[in-house]
Amino acid sequence: MELLKAIVGGMNYWIFIILMMIGLYAMITKNNLVKKLIGMSIFQTSILLFFISLAVKEGATIPILHHDQAHAKQGDHGEGGKHSDPSHKGKEAASAIEEGKEKPSVSHAGSSKIDPDRFTNPLPHVLMLTAIVVGVSTLGVALSITQKLYTEFGTIEENEILDQLKSGDD
Amino acid sequence: MIDQAPAIVLLAPFLTAVLVVLVGMKYERACFPLVLLGLSFSVAAAVQTILQVVEAGTLRYYMGGWPPPFGIEFRIDGLNALVALTVSTVALISAVYSKNRVPEENGDKISIYYTLLLLVVTGLLGMVLTGDAFNLYVLLEVSALTSYALIAMGTRRATVAAFKYAIIGTIGASFYLLGVGYLYIKTGSLNMFDIHEVLVAEDLHRSTTVLVAFILITVGVWIKMAFFPLHAWLPNSYTFAPTTTSCLLGPLVTKVMVYVMIRMMLTVFDPVYTFVQLNWGDIVVWMAVIAILVGSLSALAQTDLRRMLAFLIVAEVGYMVGGVWLANTAGLVGAIYHLIADVFMTLCVFLFAGIVFAKTGKREITATHGLFAKMPLTMAGLAVGALSLIGIPPTAGFFSKWYLIQGGMASGHWGYVVALLISSLAMAVLFFRIFEYALFGVKPAEGHGDHHAGDQGKFSEASASILLPLMGTASLVLLIGIFNQSIVSIITDFLVQFNLADPMFR
Repeated sequence: MELLKAIVGGMNYWIFIILMMIGLYAMITKNNLVKKLIGMSIFQTSILLFFISLAVKEGATIPILHHDQAHAKQGDHGEGGKHSDPSHKGKEAASAIEEGKEKPSVSHAGSSKIDPDRFTNPLPHVLMLTAIVVGVSTLGVALSITQKLYTEFGTIEENEILDQLKSGDD
Repeated sequence: MIDQAPAIVLLAPFLTAVLVVLVGMKYERACFPLVLLGLSFSVAAAVQTILQVVEAGTLRYYMGGWPPPFGIEFRIDGLNALVALTVSTVALISAVYSKNRVPEENGDKISIYYTLLLLVVTGLLGMVLTGDAFNLYVLLEVSALTSYALIAMGTRRATVAAFKYAIIGTIGASFYLLGVGYLYIKTGSLNMFDIHEVLVAEDLHRSTTVLVAFILITVGVWIKMAFFPLHAWLPNSYTFAPTTTSCLLGPLVTKVMVYVMIRMMLTVFDPVYTFVQLNWGDIVVWMAVIAILVGSLSALAQTDLRRMLAFLIVAEVGYMVGGVWLANTAGLVGAIYHLIADVFMTLCVFLFAGIVFAKTGKREITATHGLFAKMPLTMAGLAVGALSLIGIPPTAGFFSKWYLIQGGMASGHWGYVVALLISSLAMAVLFFRIFEYALFGVKPAEGHGDHHAGDQGKFSEASASILLPLMGTASLVLLIGIFNQSIVSIITDFLVQFNLADPMFR
């Protein structure tokens, strides 16, 4: 029963570990270079799953404020409601920090009304957007290297490439 | 403008990269001056930054004006500033070297090559400057992706090596990312200094999650820095890449990763945690001993000049990892000073290998026969780099080894001290073999002696664009050695905050 609870309760983490191991296995043992890259993709995707799992909260929704919540928040802020220019806010907050050791005012206005438990954590999602881009570009670079290997060796099987390197010199 | 110096260090090569790819499509000749200009800006900004740091202490720069927990912060102390200056200087020197070599070796893709070169420098500088753990991952991948491409531009063996590097490098970077994720679970922050504060304030150092994070980050970084036995990607990558690539990546990539390791161990996790609580010092130092011995002995077995140097990098990484894990001030000063010195010594010998390849078209060590008569200045440059690697005063290598050995003796790691001495001996054998070939030529029995009888002794020095970088690097190696006190004082100023003299570090 304990074991079942551990497996079901952390289902996404188990899947993350299994996917990661599948990816590592493919990267290490597969002979075909494209299969290695598929393994690499699975490996990187498993990490995305891990990070996204961190952000989940029970009963929470997407971190977007409803109109009335947002309105109330801007009301607290005074007439500065119209400027949504982030760099401006950043400067404000920076100067607030310089003046005194106050907490930066970004995202704290009206925090009494907004319950953070009701919203999923957006930060891991943002990080993983970047990580997805990194993963795609890694795959792109690796695929183009594979293509170059294919034009130079005429094969994408690792052992055949190594055989050619052993027999011929360049 | 001066306030923005930390950002300019990073942005100058990045914006130049964009410019080079645009301008390079139409005017290929404009690429090289643009690269020089961009990197000179970067060096100037790095000099400015280090002056500010020496004068006023730690520098904090908010990227885009966003305050730390939300935005990305550059917090630049003595360590950052030194390594950043080193990286940008090496980039500039290799760029000068590339003037004729890139058109000769990669003539059809000059503008692409220079764009990648600038991007790899951007990534490396960013890793050094950033104070954000996730940002470091992104920049790590920026520099890694571009270096796969730069290596794949070499011979077809280089392409195979680049593929292997891509696979292994991705595993390393992913481990690092995973470690950052575990840290984020526990601390809820990505800012390195913030993470440290939370770890100490909440007494999270006992947590298993933090231990897993530490292991993942350390192993990831070790893969990236080619710490034996995780070095398999390195030798072929740097041997068969275009010579400019190996001059740029050979010295820099591994050393920047050593910097990341130091930063993670000292600033993010606390030295009390890494050195006292975990108490892995003995194991890691012995691993470093093995790395040093395997690296230098494998180098002895090589016939290819650049492959030999690549194995020396593996040994040097062992020096630095061991020095850091000795967990005393002398060891850390030695490791950080060696990091800076080694960048220039390695650059020196790789530039020499590049010049030999440019002049003779040969990769073997025997290609150096008769070079003392033919190219005395080039050989003088090598001599400085080689003596520094062996560790002969007044070159930089002597002083770094001095501190490392002092650290080894202070913490009672005699195996490490002996390994350093054996490795110095191996390097002496390696380089004096080259000197012997260069002075007396190769024995005819080895098959190279019959055809060079005519050209032996004819003076034909390398062209200025490849000779000047070597001369510059050689003089920098000497200068770093002679002015070691001012560099060491910057490093000790940085180390004071960790209170390593405390008896709990043994």
